[in-house]
Amino acid sequence: MSGAEAIATASLIALVLLGAGLLLSTIRIIIGPTVADRVLALDLLTTVALGFVGALTIRTGFTLYLDIAIALGLLGFLATVAFARYILVRSRPVAEQSNQEQAP
Amino acid sequence: MMAEIALYAGAVLLLSGALFSLIAALGVLRLPDLYTRMHAASKAGAVGGGMILLAVALVSFDGAITVRALIGIAFLLLTTPVAAHLLARAHYQSGGRPAQITVSNDLDIVNKAGRDN
Amino acid sequence: MNFALLTIVLALLWAALTGSFSGPNLLLGAVIALAALLLLRGRIGQPSGLRRVLPAVLLAVVFLYELLLSAIKVALVVMAPNLRAQLRPAIVAVPLTVKSDLEITLLANLITLTPGTLSIDVSDDKSVLYVHVLMLEDRAKLISGIAEGFEKRIMAVFA
Repeated sequence: MSGAEAIATASLIALVLLGAGLLLSTIRIIIGPTVADRVLALDLLTTVALGFVGALTIRTGFTLYLDIAIALGLLGFLATVAFARYILVRSRPVAEQSNQEQAP
Repeated sequence: MMAEIALYAGAVLLLSGALFSLIAALGVLRLPDLYTRMHAASKAGAVGGGMILLAVALVSFDGAITVRALIGIAFLLLTTPVAAHLLARAHYQSGGRPAQITVSNDLDIVNKAGRDN
Repeated sequence: MNFALLTIVLALLWAALTGSFSGPNLLLGAVIALAALLLLRGRIGQPSGLRRVLPAVLLAVVFLYELLLSAIKVALVVMAPNLRAQLRPAIVAVPLTVKSDLEITLLANLITLTPGTLSIDVSDDKSVLYVHVLMLEDRAKLISGIAEGFEKRIMAVFA
């Protein structure tokens, strides 16, 4: 098997594995049970999608996809940070929030 | 010859990266609570994504692409633990407790002491 | 001084990321870097004492090795048929010797990506790091492992 053939076979198998990964993380997004579980699964979904786009880059040889993969990784991080902040703020009762503001 | 070796190494990295990503997803589905799931998502997930980006860097055999892929790996390894830490902290502070199977919880003692004061 | 150096480094990073080192692109990178630094000014601490390159490289190598090891460990646990029997999760308080925010952040992130551990929270006085462990074996061993391993190496880099 030549190098090019090896890459073609490997990228095809990798796309199938990554597709299964996308499916499994989607199941966790649907069943939850808490918001944090869903956010974690969404974060993983972005990481797996990053890998998927990376595998596509290799398979098609179209290197512009790499920029999409990197942008996706950064976007996933920002989304997770924003969601974590939302979970934190939402959980605090109003009284406790005003207490914290008075504290030095 | 060098390019050929890079292709084979890239194929191996690509396959292992995809396998790690799949295992991360499987772990998030199988493990009992958020904290244990986070172990799977942050470690196996980051390694999976990083390996695939490394495969891109090897296979492309082009300086500009390689640098870009390496910067992508650096971003991934820097952002994943921060995101996991923030989410775990937010979940704990919003009342998410570890599953029954957990053997000990030092944070619990601290929180109880804090409430008594 | 430090500000200008950071701008140049970030502009070069921008050029590498967009794949073009042409004059206008470098200028655009510098403008973006300057804007980002202006937004963050006052939040960036003192210039870090990153004077020792060799310990830093050593830390990076050890980290990459441990990262790979931890991914394999987690993968084996996840694929085990008797998953629950393998797990012994716990949240352990680990006392910190490193004091600065930068060092604690670095340690917390390294811990998250190494075998079986995940940092959850830092106590308000920055003296204790709360770590979630996937398979707790020996509490004392875990704490000394962190203190003797990464914490020592981080102190070697920033000392």
